[in-house]
Amino acid sequence: MQIYLPIAEVSVNAFTLIGLGGLVGLMSGLFGVGGGFLITPLLFFIGIPPPIAVATGANQVVASSVSGVLAHVKRKSVDFRMGGVLLVGGLIGSFLGVIVFNILQSLGQIDLVVQLCYVVFLGLIGLMMLQESIRTMRRSKNPTYRKRLHQHNWVHKWPLKMKFRASGLYISIFPPLLVGVAVGVLAAIMGVGGGFIMVPAMIYLLGMPTKVVVGTSLFQITFVTAFTTLMHAVSYNTVDVMLAVLLIIGGVVGAQIGTQLGAKLRAEQLRILLALLVLLVCGKLALDLFLTPDDLYEITAGVK
Amino acid sequence: MRALLSVLAATCLAMPLWAQDSSEPLIERQGSPTQPIYDNPSVPDAETVVHPDEQVVAGLSSDSVAITASFDGSDILIYGAVKRETAIPPGPPIEVIITVEAPSGSATVWRKERKAGIWVNAQSVRIAAAPSFYAVATSGPLDQILRPEWDNRYRISLTHAMRAFAGREDVDSTVPFTEALLRIRKGEGLYRLDENAVSIIDQTLFRADVRLPANLIEGAYKTRIFLLRDGRVVDAFVAPITVSKVGLERWLYRLAFDQPLIYGLMSLAVAVIAGWGASAAFRSLRRA
Repeated sequence: MQIYLPIAEVSVNAFTLIGLGGLVGLMSGLFGVGGGFLITPLLFFIGIPPPIAVATGANQVVASSVSGVLAHVKRKSVDFRMGGVLLVGGLIGSFLGVIVFNILQSLGQIDLVVQLCYVVFLGLIGLMMLQESIRTMRRSKNPTYRKRLHQHNWVHKWPLKMKFRASGLYISIFPPLLVGVAVGVLAAIMGVGGGFIMVPAMIYLLGMPTKVVVGTSLFQITFVTAFTTLMHAVSYNTVDVMLAVLLIIGGVVGAQIGTQLGAKLRAEQLRILLALLVLLVCGKLALDLFLTPDDLYEITAGVK
Repeated sequence: MRALLSVLAATCLAMPLWAQDSSEPLIERQGSPTQPIYDNPSVPDAETVVHPDEQVVAGLSSDSVAITASFDGSDILIYGAVKRETAIPPGPPIEVIITVEAPSGSATVWRKERKAGIWVNAQSVRIAAAPSFYAVATSGPLDQILRPEWDNRYRISLTHAMRAFAGREDVDSTVPFTEALLRIRKGEGLYRLDENAVSIIDQTLFRADVRLPANLIEGAYKTRIFLLRDGRVVDAFVAPITVSKVGLERWLYRLAFDQPLIYGLMSLAVAVIAGWGASAAFRSLRRA
């Protein structure tokens, strides 16, 4: 069933969009990633103009992350205090990121930088997660190994400590604030919620327990993407609500199924799956950069 | 008089050809001696069509296309007849070319180059105006029924779809870039050449069906009908087609551009309600 999108001015198959939304929603519920890093390229692929894909993708992420975070609130796996600190950092970072974005755009190299960012960050994070989860699985098979309750490193010597009860942490507020800023900068440049960077950062840098990471990440993503959607709608008129509704229909259902599925899977298995997914996306993007393209020419609307 | 004519010609060339006053009749003959709209100053005056013996009389199945939510493209039937005061002239038969053109937009064509192992957009050519859709339907092979100088004057074939380059060019040749634009848009079905798609009966009646694609943008489209003999245009005819969004599509589009803050908040509300609704629905589903 073809449907005409009023803002994008293209006609696309409604079921394709619902399916796409469902797939991304599933990821969102399962891994605590917003899915922006998947939905934006997928929308490009089916012929949605890039600015519309980025802005509407953000709107779809709001829906699936609200859906996901509510399920996590029920299970009491959201650290609201940590989420709040990350959010403050995220909004500061997003503001800085927009400035960087504009500078890069005026240099005419934004596309390349965005692509390189994706390849580098997805590659690093994917490898890190894969290595970590394989190590954890090996250890769990070895009964003599006993995991330390807390890993203390230099981060724990910083001032202004705060208790994060849900995470069982007592650390300085600067590490989460900085993680928030970094994710915000990258989110603004790469046009994503930042979940796929934040989830590993929360596990490996902040040392949060895996069970609260997903919910807390979704909490932060909800607000950052809502802010992004509004900015795009007001300044560029690029949110296509018809497109968003179709993606959302699939997305909210997918997010719920993902959360249910996530509760049944073991944390390490979940991490391996996410690591593999991240590496897959990274590999595809890297190939696009290195392989000779089918067509050396490309058309972009408007005059640069 | 000459000065006046050249001013007129310059004005007409400068503004988009379809920018017609809406109070004018829907179908209007163009190309009469007093209105040299297609005149290219480089073509000598003697070549201008003056009181043709054969004239086009034509109509469209519809002069407006309404884009609704379920819009999936549209077919337009273009039909007409050749009006003559005299007998059919001897020589090669009459030929007809019909073009349908969407409003133009600017575009940038990039060429990728391998730099430090990766492919990056290196050189670009900026095109000030190229139609977002352009279809040419003919009654025979285009290169046989239309002479290049007449193609040049009336800008009929696909290669003439682009109007002008914007800004200074920093490439050796713009040709591969414009060819790439044509090739890519042809591949997407946005630029089409349908030879033999116009059928002519008894050198008098003709008809053609032109398919407008699903990816149509809103605006004033233009249909041109050319009557040719021996590769020359003997008469030309222009009719506008209005493509506009209606109903929900129109309402959303206007809201997005007139009240962006309300539109943005509405988009967010839809997202939040949908997310909350799904969460609530699943909870009650599990309890049941």
